Amino acid sequence: MSAFFVVLFAFLAGVEGILDEFQFHQPIVAASLIGLANGHLMEGVVLGGTLQLIALGWFNVGAAVAPDAALASVISAYLVTGPAQVEVNTGIAVAIPLAVAGQVLTIFVRTLTVALAHTADRYAEKGSLRGVEMVHVIALIIQGLRIAIPTMIVMAVGAGPVRDALGAIPKVITGGLGVAGGFIVVVGYGMVISMMATPQLWPFFFLGFALSAVTQLNLIAMGIIGVVIALLYLQLSPEFNGRGGGPSNGGSSNGGDPIDDILNNY
Amino acid sequence: MADNEKKLTKRDLITVWWRSFFLQGSWNYERMQNLGWAYAMIPAIRRLYKTKEERIDALKRHLEFFNTHPYLASPILGVELALEEQRANGADINDETINGVKVGMMGPLAGVGDPVFWATIRPVLGAFCASLALAQNVLAPIIFFVVWNAIRMSFLWYTQSFGYKQGVNITQDLSGGMLPKITQGASILGMFVLGVLVPRWTTMNFVLQVSKVKNQAANVVDLHHLTNAANNGKLSVDQLRNVIDQVVAGKTVDTFKVTTLQDTLNSLLPGLAPLLLLLIVLWLLKRKVNPIWIIFGLFIVGILGYWAGILG
Repeated sequence: MSAFFVVLFAFLAGVEGILDEFQFHQPIVAASLIGLANGHLMEGVVLGGTLQLIALGWFNVGAAVAPDAALASVISAYLVTGPAQVEVNTGIAVAIPLAVAGQVLTIFVRTLTVALAHTADRYAEKGSLRGVEMVHVIALIIQGLRIAIPTMIVMAVGAGPVRDALGAIPKVITGGLGVAGGFIVVVGYGMVISMMATPQLWPFFFLGFALSAVTQLNLIAMGIIGVVIALLYLQLSPEFNGRGGGPSNGGSSNGGDPIDDILNNY
Repeated sequence: MADNEKKLTKRDLITVWWRSFFLQGSWNYERMQNLGWAYAMIPAIRRLYKTKEERIDALKRHLEFFNTHPYLASPILGVELALEEQRANGADINDETINGVKVGMMGPLAGVGDPVFWATIRPVLGAFCASLALAQNVLAPIIFFVVWNAIRMSFLWYTQSFGYKQGVNITQDLSGGMLPKITQGASILGMFVLGVLVPRWTTMNFVLQVSKVKNQAANVVDLHHLTNAANNGKLSVDQLRNVIDQVVAGKTVDTFKVTTLQDTLNSLLPGLAPLLLLLIVLWLLKRKVNPIWIIFGLFIVGILGYWAGILG
């Protein structure tokens, strides 16, 4: 029974890995669901939270494909919450190579779907609405299987061999991976920042950084401060109000990103 | 005349909205979201065009290349629904107009959707729920799922309806009005929260010992008297009170004062190491280094640091 739900949730994660709508592929959702299916909900939630932080910056922009959160969270959650009962730190460590594997798989399926798009063209020539719909659904199912099939393979291999393989890793490696697990989240933050950063926005980052040391302010309080600052900026910035002020204020120049300049000069 | 007018029903609009959830299902490298787009438009095509020839034409023009942020396709869908409806009723709207509107809107709208949804709302919500999850709160995934989908589904519905009502006028409205404000406001919030998160949730512990000195006896809580008294059965309330007073006064219980590299860094500026690491990562990303290689590199740094006893 739990095996059925693991495969079902794996399928949903695969579908969402391409759709990006309901977010069944996000680690916090996928790992929790797999944990639930295996009867170890709490381990799934904790693993999901940890992986979520790592995957914060993993998103597809245009045609570029990001590391795949779906395969990483599903299989790593199965190893941690399933019969193998692997440690959370090890689960995180195996998640990263899995994210790469998932990325390769989705690129493969996206290429395969080119052929399906041509099949849809042939149905369109016949005016067949149903035919076009069917091809679309088939493509979606293949994306679901992209995660469901590897998951079934891992399940078939069984807990013993997986645990033995992971147990053969020396302590220096697992300890080091645990240490690295604490700071690889920076890559996720970096990916988000490198997408958003403009000269006007960097000061807000450093304001947040400085306030972060005040540990009494929890994230909700920080969110309120952030919203207030954003609203103030929108009200006061000549960029949005300055019909008269305009260029003389010079507040909205589109120059280079100063931090980037410093980084590039390195 | 009103009898012959072809009109999309509310139900059609709802079906298109539901189908727009599956926009990327057949994402492919040739025409990207083209088939998903056609899939979403089919309920309207079915309603508006009854002859085979009309349907063939409609399918063909909606199977052209299309790619934008999956949520920002909704206002475009709305506009295209309005255009198709007018065309079916005999308005002079040719294929070029219909494709022109699609292509003209998809670029700018993708530019709004990526920073707002992927780079702000999802990381902020994800980070917040991840903090709950790490505190072993089962509500974390539920909050993430419900809040995200409430935002997403209402956004898709309202922007689709907005596009449908506005028709082609929407392009001007969007570029001149709210969208730049929303993008800027969301980005400010996003950068601020990231600034908070980078030092708070990056765990870098430099356990390397910088110094180890014996604490002066005057600064250490006098535990020997206490244990002696306890072992001899002569422990008094006053002795306990005395020890507690010493602790409250800020005396230490350790014989040695160990300063790690981390303590030194913290006294300089809390979160300095994560910040420096972030700048290095940003520099690498600027150099178009694949993020996965950066992650592997950091794993190696972690293993070497752990092996050398610097990190722990």
